[in-house]
Amino acid sequence: MNREAILKKFEPNLSNILYIMHDLQDNNPERYLAKEDIEACGDYLNVPYSYVHSVASFYTMFSLKPRGRNIIRLCESPPCHLMGADSLIDYLKGSLKVDIGGTTKDGMFTLELTSCLGVCGVAPAMMLNEEMFGNLTPEKVDSILDKRRKEI
Amino acid sequence: MNLVRNHVLISIDAGTIMAGARAVEKALVDEINRQGLAGEIAVLETGSIGATGQGVVIVVYPEGLYYANVTPEDASEIVEEHLLKGRPVKRLIMTEMPRQQVIRKEKTGLLKEQARIVLRNSGVINPENIDEYIAEGGYEGIERAFTELKPAGVIKEIKDSGLVGRGGAAFTTAMKWDFASKAPGDPKYIICNADEGEPGTFKDRLILEGDPHKLIEGMMLAGYAVGAAKGFIYIRGEYALSIERLEKAITQARLYGLLGENILESGFSFDLAVMKGAGAYVCGEETALIESLEGKRGHPRNKPPYPVTEGLWGKPTVVNNVETLANVPEIIRNGAAWYRGYGTDKCPGTKVYTIIGNVATPGLIEAEMGTTLRDIIYEYAGGIKEGKKFKGALVGGAAGAFMGPEMLDAKMDFVNLKEYAAVLGSGAILVMDESTDIVGMLQSVLHFFKHESCGHCVPCRLGTKQLVEIVDRIAGGKGKVEDIESLVKISEVMRDTSFCPLGQSLNLPISSSLKYFRDEVYGRVQQPA
Ligand SMILES: Cc1cc2nc3c(=O)[nH]c(=O)nc-3n(C[C@H](O)[C@H](O)[C@H](O)COP(=O)(O)O)c2cc1C
Ligand code: SF4
Ligand code: FES
Ligand code: FES
Repeated sequence: MNREAILKKFEPNLSNILYIMHDLQDNNPERYLAKEDIEACGDYLNVPYSYVHSVASFYTMFSLKPRGRNIIRLCESPPCHLMGADSLIDYLKGSLKVDIGGTTKDGMFTLELTSCLGVCGVAPAMMLNEEMFGNLTPEKVDSILDKRRKEI
Repeated sequence: MNLVRNHVLISIDAGTIMAGARAVEKALVDEINRQGLAGEIAVLETGSIGATGQGVVIVVYPEGLYYANVTPEDASEIVEEHLLKGRPVKRLIMTEMPRQQVIRKEKTGLLKEQARIVLRNSGVINPENIDEYIAEGGYEGIERAFTELKPAGVIKEIKDSGLVGRGGAAFTTAMKWDFASKAPGDPKYIICNADEGEPGTFKDRLILEGDPHKLIEGMMLAGYAVGAAKGFIYIRGEYALSIERLEKAITQARLYGLLGENILESGFSFDLAVMKGAGAYVCGEETALIESLEGKRGHPRNKPPYPVTEGLWGKPTVVNNVETLANVPEIIRNGAAWYRGYGTDKCPGTKVYTIIGNVATPGLIEAEMGTTLRDIIYEYAGGIKEGKKFKGALVGGAAGAFMGPEMLDAKMDFVNLKEYAAVLGSGAILVMDESTDIVGMLQSVLHFFKHESCGHCVPCRLGTKQLVEIVDRIAGGKGKVEDIESLVKISEVMRDTSFCPLGQSLNLPISSSLKYFRDEVYGRVQQPA
């Protein structure tokens, strides 16, 4: 979908800004809000670009720099910590050869940490794009990521 | 007419979807069709049945038999053996049963199961079908409000029920509604706070996934009581299934004339919109939430003025938690006196808890106010996993308090816990077994706050950063006694000078960890020569 079509789905009210940014970001293959996205949003809502930028930078679900094709958000809040999130963080950093916030060389995955995802009954948990995964172990994470690699 | 002889309920929530519930559902339906049982056996979706971490869960009625960890490959065996031949598939029968019913101890001295209030329909009805909600007495509350109570009567009923907010701050609901109804300004708004970011908490998600119409009816009643025509549900962006179910439910309610203009010829008009958040814990704070709804950065506002007088777009606004609003239809339908039959005198009703961590059956439960921590852990959650010893619990989320074994017999309610300098908060109970490292837990709590500080005020922005540096040092074995003292001092300054409750609340996990686990924390720093 092009930017125009996305914007047209919403009334040009400032209160729709989060919705618009969610959709623009989802539509961007590099999964971030590019300068063009920010500007399109600002023009549509009739607010300065700097305003859109400052709102986007406030919320963790938006990124202002390009990311991989798939976003891993691993939960590090106390319940997931108790159930072993730390060792998963180390494991993922090692196996993907990235730091937190980094993207793999092939552009396949970006590794992020997140606060509680609200699925702590199956801690430790993560999201891969829109999908939740729980009761994670290194083996399980591997198979989830392998499956994803093959799907593309 | 076909007589359905078995109902197969499949629990569809975010957890079971993760475990592959949709594939199992499809396999069951296919298999039932293949074996020619389509007219006799109905497969129905329901919300969470309260157990988590047990894969795909189905319940077969009339037997009421639970199967856990069901895979698509099991479908043919279940259909063939159980549904056709009447022989349950033993290897799949759930052994760790969820016990989410209200228990009452005080009157008989025995634990007894009772009907649930907030979760009454969850895991029982199909949340995507308004008729099932109506069949369970749904929308009778709003009818009683229109015909009998009128707005003032609704507020009075809620006042008499003693309902207090379940979002953490425990503010009296009727008082909020009364202020908003009397505040000058038009239009007025109702906001449901479904941002649910407190670590360990997912009760609101399961209420939304399991019984979305209850929330809609609760919001209608709030709107009717205060004279608001528009409501917003601010829901975290990650809760995809909740958003989907709510939107479906709103569409159905509109079709039935329960939302929109002149509802049921009452003269009252009300409509709802769902708004998606974008990942900021502080946006759960009501004024930050309002800023976010207006399309701004989610910084908290100065109070006063409070939202009840100047809220969304400067208009009188009621902000209530999902669980608070889900209590409302039941109170209005059954009356305040009925509601007061649950819980304690000072804290009537129930509380929905998420109980997680090192317990045998993590999940969702609803218990009467005043139930002890011991009963919650050992009666509901199956005790500590692998037979280990209980070490402590973090109750109320990251903004909550640690508790030691001394607290097992304390009655859990808003009023009583205050006496122990603890809080019920969001109702998250994170249970820790004997192997838990308390400093590591505290470290995780403080990292959470550093990440979520919105940076608006100095004490919290700098304080969270310093606290993390110090706790990292202690956890790394390089800490000194003075470091522990600094944790306390800095968090006290933050408690007294931070702009919003986020920065003010860090002192509680710090002081409570020292209260119950003092020796362990001091044992982790270099001893003075
Ligand atoms: C940092 C912070 C986060 C909060 N998060 C939530 C939340 O996720 N859900 C919620 O209902 N209340 C949350 N609250 C409390 C709200 O400010 C508000 O008190 C509540 O929504 C009022 O509803 P109630 O009266 O029904 O409890 C939070 C408060 C603070 C300070
Ligand atoms: S206390 Fe923290 S979260 Fe609250 S306004 Fe200050 S910086 Fe923001
Ligand atoms: S703490 Fe990780 S999902 Fe809640
Ligand atoms: S999102 Fe606010 S500090 Fe990280």
